[in-house]
Parts: sequence; C-alpha cells; structure tokens
Amino acid sequence: MNWPILSVTTFLPLFGALLVMLLVRGSGALARGTARWIALWTTLVTFAISLIMVWRFDPTSPEFQFVEKQPWLGLASYHMGVDGISLPFVILTTALMPICILASWTAVQKRVKEYMVAFLILETLMVGTFSALDLVLFYLFFEGGLIPMFLIIGVWGGPRRVYASFKFFLYTLLGSVLMLLAIMAMYWEAGTTDIVTLLHHGFPVGLQKWAWFAFFASFAVKMPMWPVHTWLPDAHVEAPTAGSVILAAILLKMGGYGFLRFSLPMFPAASHDFAPLIFTLSVVAIIYTSLVALMQEDVKKLIAYSSVAHMGFVTMGIFALTPQGVAGGIFQMISHGIVSGALFLCVGVVYDRMHTREIAFYGGLVNRMPLYAFVFMVFTLANVGLPGTSGFIGEFLTLIGTFKANNAVAVFATIGVILSAAYALWLYRKMIFGTLKPALVGIKDMGLREAVIFAPLVVLTILFGVAPKPVLDMSAASVAQLIDNYKHSMAALNVPAKDAKTGSGSISMERAEIMPVSAAR
Amino acid sequence: MNPMMQLQSYAPVLPEAVLAIGALVMLMGGVGVAQSERSSRIVNGFCVAVLALAAFAVVTMPPGRYELFGGSLVIDDYARFLKLLALSGSGGALILSFNWLMLEKQQKFEYGVLFLLSTLGMLLLISASDLIALYLGLEMMSLPLYVVAASNRENVKSTEAGLKYFVLGALSSGMLLYGASLIYGFTGTVAFPGIAKAAAQGANIGLVFGLVFMFVGFCFKISAVPFHMWTPDVYEGAPTPVTAFFAAAPKVAGIAIFMRATMVAFPGITHEWQQIVVFVSIASMALGAFAAIGQRNIKRLMAYSSIGHMGFALVGLAAGTAEGVQGVLIYMAIYVAMTLGTFACILSMQRDGTFVEDISDLAGAARTSPAMAFFLAMLLFSLAGIPPLAGFFAKFYVFLAAIKAGLYALAVIGVLTSVVGAFYYLSIVKTMYFDAPVQGFARMPGLLALVLGVTGLINLLFFAYPAPLVGAATAAAKSLF
Repeated sequence: MNWPILSVTTFLPLFGALLVMLLVRGSGALARGTARWIALWTTLVTFAISLIMVWRFDPTSPEFQFVEKQPWLGLASYHMGVDGISLPFVILTTALMPICILASWTAVQKRVKEYMVAFLILETLMVGTFSALDLVLFYLFFEGGLIPMFLIIGVWGGPRRVYASFKFFLYTLLGSVLMLLAIMAMYWEAGTTDIVTLLHHGFPVGLQKWAWFAFFASFAVKMPMWPVHTWLPDAHVEAPTAGSVILAAILLKMGGYGFLRFSLPMFPAASHDFAPLIFTLSVVAIIYTSLVALMQEDVKKLIAYSSVAHMGFVTMGIFALTPQGVAGGIFQMISHGIVSGALFLCVGVVYDRMHTREIAFYGGLVNRMPLYAFVFMVFTLANVGLPGTSGFIGEFLTLIGTFKANNAVAVFATIGVILSAAYALWLYRKMIFGTLKPALVGIKDMGLREAVIFAPLVVLTILFGVAPKPVLDMSAASVAQLIDNYKHSMAALNVPAKDAKTGSGSISMERAEIMPVSAAR
Repeated sequence: MNPMMQLQSYAPVLPEAVLAIGALVMLMGGVGVAQSERSSRIVNGFCVAVLALAAFAVVTMPPGRYELFGGSLVIDDYARFLKLLALSGSGGALILSFNWLMLEKQQKFEYGVLFLLSTLGMLLLISASDLIALYLGLEMMSLPLYVVAASNRENVKSTEAGLKYFVLGALSSGMLLYGASLIYGFTGTVAFPGIAKAAAQGANIGLVFGLVFMFVGFCFKISAVPFHMWTPDVYEGAPTPVTAFFAAAPKVAGIAIFMRATMVAFPGITHEWQQIVVFVSIASMALGAFAAIGQRNIKRLMAYSSIGHMGFALVGLAAGTAEGVQGVLIYMAIYVAMTLGTFACILSMQRDGTFVEDISDLAGAARTSPAMAFFLAMLLFSLAGIPPLAGFFAKFYVFLAAIKAGLYALAVIGVLTSVVGAFYYLSIVKTMYFDAPVQGFARMPGLLALVLGVTGLINLLFFAYPAPLVGAATAAAKSLF
C-alpha cells in the first residue's frame, strides 16, 4: 500500500482544525464538548497513524524513509521524510498531543473552540518541522509555530501573559531571521535547498562559520541556551498547562533537532571549531540555571529553569561529537520531553484545584493525594536522573560521550546532576511532605481522567529507564552515519576528528545492552 | 498602410484606451444624469466595470513586446504584470469605497472618474520608456490623487491632506523634471535605451546629478525615507478608502517606473545608484519599523507600515538583478493584496454609523467580530512576514536577491528591522485577541467582506500554490533585461 503516510500524519491535525472551525458554532456546553472530542479523536488517530510509521520503519537503514517529493516553489520542493533522528520526535509530538488535549479538558473553559484549533494547527507545524527535508519548508513549519503558540500564551495564559507572549515571539523571531539569511546564502552556494543534497554538499569553511552562527542564533534561542534562555521561564509560567507541556516537551527539542540535522552534518568544520563555545555555554547553563532553580518560589519557574539545565546536557552531548554523546542527546531530549511534560502536567493538577503555583502554599499533599504524590515522585526522580528512570540514561550517555571528548566539561556537568537532585528533592519535600497546610484540607486526589493522562507517561519513563533499546535502536543507524560523515569531512579538511579510536554506531548499541544491567543494580 | 491596420497597431494600448474613453463617458454620463446619490453610486459602479474591462484587455493582450509612439511606451511582460496589479489595486480600493461613501454621504460621481483617470496615469507610467512619457504619466497619476485626497470638502483634515500632498507633490515633480532635463542635457536623448548607451561610457557628474534628482521624485511617490514626510498626515487626513487607494495603487506604478528607469536607463552606472537605493531602503525599513510603534491611529500606523514595506521592496531593487526585480514584483503583488485586506478591516471599524480609527477600538474584536479579527490577525502576521503566510514569501524573494548580490549588511539590517516591525503588528493582534472586548462593530457590509475574503484567502493559501505568481513574476522580470 502506497499512501503518503507522512503527509497524512502532518496534515491530519490541520484537517481536524478545519473541522472544528467549520462544525462548531457558538460557545455553549455542546459546542465546547464537540470541539474537545473532535480534537481528541484527531490527535488519537494521528498518533495511531504515526505508530504505523514506527512499525514500517526500517531502523537498520540510515536513509530517509517515507519520502515524498513534489514540486512546490521552483527553488524549493515539497520534500518530506524521516530518519532515525527525526522519527522519535515525530512520535513524541503525536503521543503528547492527545495528552495535552485531555489535560485541557476542564482547565480551559473559555474559547474552547479557538484553543483546540490553535493546538491542532500547532501539531501540524511541529510534525512538519521534524519531517521537512527542504530548508524553506522546514523554515515555514519552524516559524509558523510561533503564531499559534503566541495566541495560546496570550489568550489563555496567566496575568503577565502579554509580556510573556511578546517576549517569546520576538526572541524566537530574532534568532530565526538570521537563519533565514543563512538558508539563502546556502541556496546560492549549493543551488538547492534540498536537505538530503545539502547534507553531502561540503560548504566552504568560510561560509560554514557564518552559516553556523546564523543557525546557532536560531537554535540557541529555541533550545534555549544560556544566556538567551530568559524568555523561557516567562513563557512557561504564563502559558496554560498544556501550552507549557508542548513548549517544554516539543518546541525546545526543535533546537536540538536543528543542531543534529543542520549544524553538525552541514557545517562540520564550524561545529568542530565552535564546540568549545557550546561546551562553555552548556556548562554555564547546567550549573547556573540549576542554582537559579534552587531559588525559585514558583513551581513552574523551577521546572522551567531545570529544563534549561537539562537542555545543557543535550547540547553538550551533541557537540561532543561522539556516538554516545549524540545518541545520549537524542535520548535525553525524548526523555526530557516525557518527564518535563509530565512535571508541568503535575503542576497543572494542583493548579487546577488551588489556582496558585507558589511552592510555599503547598505542603503535606501526600496526606490527601497519595496517588498524586506517587506520580509526582516518579517524575521528580526521573528529572533528577535516578537510575531506572529514563532521565538517567540520557544524562549518563551524554556524560560518557562528553568525557571522551573533554574531561573537564564532563566533570563540571556532573556537578549539575547533584544540583538537580538538590532542587528537585527540595521541591518534592516542600510540596508533598510535611504537615498538611490548612488551606489544602479539602483537596481531592487525581480523578480517572488525570490517571489516564499520567499512566502512559509513568510507564514510558520507567520502561525507557530499564529498556532504552527501542529508542536507541531507532536512531542508531542515523547517528552512526552522522558521526561517520562528520569524520570523513574532517579528514578531508585534515583536521583530526575528536573521537578517533572507536567505531561508530556499535557503541551506542552496546551501551543500550549494558544499560539495563547497570540500572537494575 | 490602411487605417484599419494602423488602428490595429495600437492594440497594445487598448487598456489605456478603455480607461480614457471610459473616464470620459462616465464624466459625461455623470454630468448628464447623476444628480442624485443613487445615480452617483451607479456611475461609480460602472467605473469598477471599466477597470475590470481594462484588466480584461491586459489579460487577453497577445504576448510579446511592443513599442509604440516612437518607443515612448513599451508594452512587455513587465508592464502587463504591473498593469494588472495597479488595476486590481484601484479596483479593490474603489470597491472598498462604496460603503464609506454611502455612510459619510459623500456620493459624488467624480470620485470614480478620478480613480479612472489616476489609474490611466499609472498604466502610462508603467509603460513609459522615455522621460517625457514618464513625466506625463506621473502627473496624470498624481493630479487626480490630490483631488481625491481632499474630496471630503467639509473636513479640515481632508482638505489639509490634499493641500499638503499637492504642495509637496508639486515640489517633488519639479525636482524630477529638473533631473530629467539634466539627464537630457548630458546625454542628448530622452529615451531610456539612448540614455543607457550614453551612460555606459561612464558616469559623468551631470548625469549622476540628474539621476539623484529623479530618484527624489520616485522616492516621494513611493513614500520612501527621506521623502516620506507627507505620508502619515495624508494617510490620516484623507478619507479612509482614498487612503486604501494611496497605499495600494500609486505605489505599484511608482515602484514600476523606479525599476524600469534604473534597470533600463542606468544599468551602466549601477554602482552610483545602488548606494542610494541601499541607503533609502535601510532608512525606510528602520523608520517604518520604529516610528510605527508609538502610533495610536490605525491609518497613521498603516502609513508607517507602508513606508517600511517600500523599504523592503527596495531591497530587491538594490540588488539590481533579474532576481531582484522578480522579488520586487512578487513583493508588490502580495503587498497590494495585504493592504486591500487590511483596509477592508479598517473600513469595517464602524459602530452606530460613525467610523472609528483608533487601534484601541479594536479591543476584543476576536469576540465581537471573530471572522474579521481572524482575517485581520492573519494579515498582520503576514505584513510582519511570518511564515507560512504570503508576506513571508514576499520578503523571502527580495532578501534572496540581496544575498545573491552580496548585500549582506542590507539583508541583515532588513531582517532585524522586520523583527522590530513585528512588534507593532503583534500589538494590534494583542489588542484584538488578548484585551477585554469593548462595544462591537456594525455588521461588515457585503462588499468589504468580499474584498477581505478574497485577499485573506490569497494571504492564507498562497503557500499552497505559489507557482502562478512566481512564474509570472519571473517572466516579467526577464523582459526588463
């Protein structure tokens, strides 16, 4: 059967959005219900279709699969496809969307129709970003996501939503327009914007440096890396729960994905030269933002800063340019997508009940909400990186990978692991243990809907912590090819590549075999 | 040559002939019958039909390049593309006028006739290939504009706008004429190809002086910095549909002649004019972006927005290549669509029979008139150049050309100002979507909804099928080289 499965996955949510727009009239209870159900079913069907893709995906091939190509702009074409690096992100997106819709089921009561439309359009743009194989097409999806997210923060956000939404929009736009110019320069240099062709183009070193910086400007803001991370805490705090989830779980991953898809393979020499810069920024991010997280009084802000720190591990691992580092970076992004998304959902649970996110307001929740305490514990520990949770695998792999490239960086980054334990456990103790605050006497534990939301996330966090192989295997071949290509182009430039002695992809596979054992101990 | 064949050789100027004859017939008809408001309305309706007929004549014209009147007028793909665009801009603005004219009790049949005459000037200007035709076209376009700017006679602001526009316009025309005479003096010809031949031997100081003076005139017509001062006052003071007309149509013709003159007459001294265009472009983009931030009146804001957009369009001209011209053509086409759509929204900002113009009046429009707010928000995002909307592609092509031409500084400054510009477009979206609603607007009249629907859909769906516009612009740009 030969149907464009990738395009269907990408544009089905858009179709759902059109349905909501055309079918739902008015703003009564019936209209709200219809909008919710259409959105839920659309995202569920999209998820199901994306699972078919996983099933038909050949993880042994590093090539792009489910490729579709149509003429489009003349200079750019509608070229879509996924490989082992992008497929995990596509699945992450489609998997989290139904959860986000469910999480907003009762929390969002005003303008439900527009809310669902914005989320569905956002899903199309996010899936498109990860599966576009043409630079212009990629840019279209990448930047287009700003519009729905701007509206989500601005319309359904908290008291300082206007400030947060403007900051989010302008910051991201500022980074991206420079990338656009680099895309144009690449077009005139290579004569195409086709990513598959550009991956093997071999740009002159001078252009590589400028283009690398332009792409860096965009991805560093999106990631976000210190010192351009300041939009993130604001956006997270003001966004509605589901908006925070999408922001943390998927939009941040676009930066890391961009580094993997563009910066490393297209500008290998520049990546090699600027790796120390990335290391420095990553280490600063890991330590500094962890310290900042210790000082927060707002739950969401604390998790937001912890996100910046965790993304520091990702950039560090990616630019270590070792198989373990890159595989760990991808794993860490997937794991962080699940864990931080779940943490924001946890905040949403108590926020929906108490309408405050102040840490000092809570205390002793375990007495009234045992189930919630358990769920929150799982994700807190995963955030800390406890062995047996998915968080551990990602941090461990990135640290191993970095250690081979640069010992000092790895040592400093490890301090961040300790700090993350400090702030996460402190948060957990303050909120869950201690004496029950009088205001919280009437609080109810999670209901069925909330349990349904969290169940898959808990399962995945532990499953990937014990058996990370499915994720690592899916990307292994592509990661191996990425590293191989990097070494070849460095050899062609007569620069010694960082990791000379080991073979490429097999290592991450071996680690994957070893991991469950070490985790079980 | 028998008379029939001679007549046939004038076929390429059929659109102009349609407009000229149409304008005269409408004028006579108006004087004869249109004594009531209703018949004035009918005359204005016929004027739209005349514009449509002229557009039809442009579309059905046999392809190829024609030179008429001893090379004064050139009809090529470039001219056809821009004529169609100018006619759409005028037609759209005229359609937008009906509701306003009725509510403000300004029904005058001269209104439509003046639109026709001005559009006739635009078409001549677009085809002009020597200095005389250029000047005639420019004045033919401008004089009716001065009159319509002041058409709301009882309104002080409208009168002021008309007078201001006239005085400054006359000044700039004088400068342009002076530049043209210098160029004639130093090259001995008024025809663009002849000037090019003379200029190819190197830039002499007189020629460059002439060039600079002519650029002053062009910059004034497209309201590029530093000759933009009239724009905010005239945009604010003129009746709103006239502002829509100013924003859409004359800019097309102005950019058209600016490009034709520089590309055809001065290709030999690219270096001399390129630096001027780069400066004007940067200044316009920056001023448009920063000055618009503080505006409270949406028409004034659109004035600064249009200054900025002309700066972006000039980025393509600065490149001085076929890609650049193609970029400008795409830019102008999308710009006209976005402008007409935005003004359709502004003209529907009407409650209890009075028009309001403050941005704060839009507060909460997403609740009170959701469809209008949605389309306007998308148009504003598009004006800011956010993908996947049409405005992104407009900017994409001009910057693509600038990068190829090696104008990196221009491109970087350009995209940075576009981020600054995004701020004020976002502020309007914020007013509509984030703020608490105030009193809603009256129901949008059918004609405005039609214009908004068409332009809004072009804006939203351009990305799905960009081939026709891009293809036409490529062909049009080729015909200049």
